[in-house]
Amino acid sequence: MTSTRVRRGAHSEGKRSERRLAWMLCAPAALVMVAVTGWPIVYSVYLSLHRYDLRFPGQQEFIGLENYAVVLTNSYWWTAFGVTLFITVVSVAIELVLGMALAITMHRTLLARGLVRTVTLIPYGIVTVVAAFSWFYAWTPNTGYLAEAVTPGSAPLTERAASLAIIILAEVWKTTPFMALLLLAGLALVPDDLLRAAAMDGAGVWQRFVKVTLPVMKPAILVALLFRTLDAFRVFDNIFILTSGANDTSSVSMITYSNLIQGLNLGIGSTMSVLIFIAVAIIAFVFVKLFGTAAPGSSAQGGGR
Amino acid sequence: MPVETASPGRRRTWWTFVNVVVIVYALLPVLWIASLSFKTKETVTDGNLVPRDWTLSNYGDIFRTDEFVRALINSIGIALIATFIAVALATMAAYAVARLEFPGKRALVGVSLLIAMFPQISLVTPLFNIERELGLFDTWPGLILPYITFSLPLAIYTLSAFFREIPWELEKAAKMDGATPAQAFRRVIAPLAAPGVFTSAILVFIFCWNDFLFAISLTSSEASRTVPAALSFFTGSSQFEDPTGTISAAAVVITVPIVLFVLFFQRRIVAGLTSGAVKG
Repeated sequence: MTSTRVRRGAHSEGKRSERRLAWMLCAPAALVMVAVTGWPIVYSVYLSLHRYDLRFPGQQEFIGLENYAVVLTNSYWWTAFGVTLFITVVSVAIELVLGMALAITMHRTLLARGLVRTVTLIPYGIVTVVAAFSWFYAWTPNTGYLAEAVTPGSAPLTERAASLAIIILAEVWKTTPFMALLLLAGLALVPDDLLRAAAMDGAGVWQRFVKVTLPVMKPAILVALLFRTLDAFRVFDNIFILTSGANDTSSVSMITYSNLIQGLNLGIGSTMSVLIFIAVAIIAFVFVKLFGTAAPGSSAQGGGR
Repeated sequence: MPVETASPGRRRTWWTFVNVVVIVYALLPVLWIASLSFKTKETVTDGNLVPRDWTLSNYGDIFRTDEFVRALINSIGIALIATFIAVALATMAAYAVARLEFPGKRALVGVSLLIAMFPQISLVTPLFNIERELGLFDTWPGLILPYITFSLPLAIYTLSAFFREIPWELEKAAKMDGATPAQAFRRVIAPLAAPGVFTSAILVFIFCWNDFLFAISLTSSEASRTVPAALSFFTGSSQFEDPTGTISAAAVVITVPIVLFVLFFQRRIVAGLTSGAVKG
């Protein structure tokens, strides 16, 4: 934009060609992103204002906000919304604590550092569906080692509370390493001198952690929390495999999916899409405004480090 | 954190203990599904952590069914093509973001950030209908397009972070020698940037390989169903057979490439994952 480059006085021909090159380089990526997300968003707003059921294609018509009224007064929707919020808050909270412990382990461990890092990447990389099946069979009566050991004689995946706990367990297992890696990068920014100085002044391990490490890491923690919160809010794969949404364990993603595939009601489905989009926007807004999370890349020229 | 005054021996024991906990935590579910895949049909429901009777018949079964082989081909093909295109587009964009001044840079970074946080389910219903009308539903491009879109932000961040670390004096030198910016990009910077490009390719591939939501919503047949989606339809070689063993075997097969990536490129993956996210 107006930011100054050193060769301002130089002939503006170079500058113009630089700009043209930049646009040419960015255009394909920008076009794909806008075409595959921008257009469908606009389209889903349009669909959400219409009655559009694929089973009754003849009855397509503009109905204003009626779909929103239908969804927002539907108890299944609110149950799913509550479940999603619950899973998001609980799993992100657990992940933050475990992730911090794991990050400190990776940062400080004296032995086998490479091995520990390699191993923790496996949950990150593994296909969520695969992990979900692993948990599913582990908690299936007779088949699973966990079902036999922890809950003999009952089927945890047929009870709501137990199902939710297992879904959270699966989410936490899968994403804690990612959280830990983001925190690890923040941990590396904490100057050792500062910790040593605090130790000199008589601060204990816990005090040093709370008074020195955490404040320095605050930006990294907030970014990690923002990423993971928005990601957890999309929870789908684990629920699909573990319970298929039985016993009121559907998330908003799950309920939107079932409405699409089983209901084929595009009007209602798009309404849910728009509502989820708004919910995510609110979460992001809260993080950025209230906690002052600096979105990565938000400083236009973040380079140089 | 251990108490720093503890003796070296005790610290060693402590760290051994912590590391064992971490390793068991990370590997147990993976080993469990592997163990299930090696169990015979008679012992699959015995609840034992380690198989009593080992067999490879589950693997034989899945590779004999069209359902799995087709899905595996789809998975590999779709993930590779999407990775290739996404990384190519992201490399160009990231170069511009890292190196050039131009109006609209903030908008580009902002849009890709939005997409990175976008709830994918919000796209499923409209995309379902759009793809149906365009004839893209249940085809490879029908999955490749959303995969490219959702991996572009990740790739652009990772790559522009890598690109900022490159010694750009070399580019200037090339320009002094009369190279155009485009030539400088191709001849000088591209080779230097290769490791970063490779890293983001791995991350993008993992993302595409992993996807389930699009795979199950935008496909309806073996024509384009990827393994994660196919797994949820598995019923075993006959309808009345318990599919536990075969699902586990298929799950292990698609886990192998991930484990290999992680084993060989651990350092790069860590660098790539943390580069874009924390700096800013």
